[in-house]
Amino acid sequence: MIDALLTLSWTVAKIMMIVLPVTIGVAYFTYFERKVIGYMQVRRGPNRIGPLGLLQPFADVFKMLFKELIIPTNANRFLFLLAPVLALAPALAAWAVVPFSDWLVLADIDAGLLFILALTSMGVYGILIGGWASNSKYALIGGLRSAAQIVSYEIAMGFALVGVIVLSGTLNLTGIVHAQSGNIFTWFWLPLLPLFVIYFISGVAETNRAPFDVAEGESEIVAGFHVEYSGAAFAVFFLAEYANMILISALAALLFLGGWLSPFQGMPWIGDTFLGAGGIHWFLLKTAFFMFLYLWFRATFPRYRYDQIMRLGWKVFIPITIVWIMVAGVFRVTGLVGG
Amino acid sequence: MPIVEIVFYLFSAVLVVSALSVVTSGNPIYSVLFLVLAFFSAACIWMLLEAEFLAIVLVLVYVGAVMVLFLFVVMMLDVNVTPMKEGFARYLPVGLLVALAMAAQMFMVIWTRGLETQPLPDPRPADYSHTRELGEWLFTHYIYAFEIAAVILLVAIIAAISLTHRRRPGTRYQDPAEQVKIRRQERVRLVKMPSERTGEG
Repeated sequence: MIDALLTLSWTVAKIMMIVLPVTIGVAYFTYFERKVIGYMQVRRGPNRIGPLGLLQPFADVFKMLFKELIIPTNANRFLFLLAPVLALAPALAAWAVVPFSDWLVLADIDAGLLFILALTSMGVYGILIGGWASNSKYALIGGLRSAAQIVSYEIAMGFALVGVIVLSGTLNLTGIVHAQSGNIFTWFWLPLLPLFVIYFISGVAETNRAPFDVAEGESEIVAGFHVEYSGAAFAVFFLAEYANMILISALAALLFLGGWLSPFQGMPWIGDTFLGAGGIHWFLLKTAFFMFLYLWFRATFPRYRYDQIMRLGWKVFIPITIVWIMVAGVFRVTGLVGG
Repeated sequence: MPIVEIVFYLFSAVLVVSALSVVTSGNPIYSVLFLVLAFFSAACIWMLLEAEFLAIVLVLVYVGAVMVLFLFVVMMLDVNVTPMKEGFARYLPVGLLVALAMAAQMFMVIWTRGLETQPLPDPRPADYSHTRELGEWLFTHYIYAFEIAAVILLVAIIAAISLTHRRRPGTRYQDPAEQVKIRRQERVRLVKMPSERTGEG
């Protein structure tokens, strides 16, 4: 019994060690977003609270927490309050199988990639239920848009991951990173370049971010599925969205850019120094790169039209991924890459 | 009681209650959500049997895709629940009869297998990969069954699409290729005009 309790408390401690940095990462991601987009638009972004505006995220969090939580009349109270939780829980649970470095992983399960796919596909319930329970036309339309979009892009995303599975021969995320071991040119981004691009674009669409943010579409449907949310409930939706963005970035780094592996690994001279050694810092750097891409997209691209989003997902991405899975199979069988 | 049994009974209870609530709840949205909960609890029970691949695929396919579409459709319907409840007492005997027949069938199936409790299979070693085992069985021993299932699914997809997809006359479609091909010069004509001197006075 004592043993079981010890294991339990140790596991909870490990979970906190992942959830807290993710939450703080989300807080500073919002700060980073406002700064980056600010500088891209030739202004400074938040710079009033704390040095360089570094305390801005905490000011925002406290503002959110102390605001009144308004529940609209005729809204379904239970589902209205459940929806943000349903959005956040899968976004955080998926982090359980993400390997941060060679040994730093909470649950090194065999079917890790499937686990992540299953959990990210559940995140849509929060948005859909939130949209319905608000008893508002805009929210309902936003929820429906989001559901249709996520279901469509999940197929392209899943197929893109099939290519990775074919080359690495495993569903275990640690195993997938090990299969890319070598140098920057043995990482999967090169043999799977089309799948890599499709994976990340689908990831942007899955997280409802610009240029695919029609679920919010403030020019058409006010704020989409979270139009009726305020205060802490809105903050939880916000947290879920950003945690998902960081998760997609981390997965792109793991699956296509070799996770914690160093790009200089195995190179003459440089490979022998500390730069050649893999470590969590490489993983974080690569993740940060993809997170930056999210912001860059948002600052530069106009929003897609809805029918074109569907066309891109079904008629462009899915055929390309199917063809490239075959190509990956050829790579594997001929022993060119992977195996 | 070992912790596995506690977890098993917990998830079983949730499964049974949510499955019942699918039928008894008055609100169709709640019914769909209870069905999601039922699938999820079933997946957790499979996970206890170390069938992690099946459990995750159940969540991925049914919870992640099929039920989202269900919810999608049910949300768009404006179902008026009261007329549906009217026939409850009238149809109750028929419903009970069907339920009894199904229960009897299930009981007979289980009876032939023996009602004494089956021991849990020994836990596999940590490096045992169910996914790999399942894949190897599917693609060697059961390859024909697998391929037949795939062909049947393909036929079903094509049939479903060809049955529902028809071009109605008078509907306008956009041709994205044409839209993408458009250049600015085709749409906007810039006319150069000499600046005119305004009239005197």
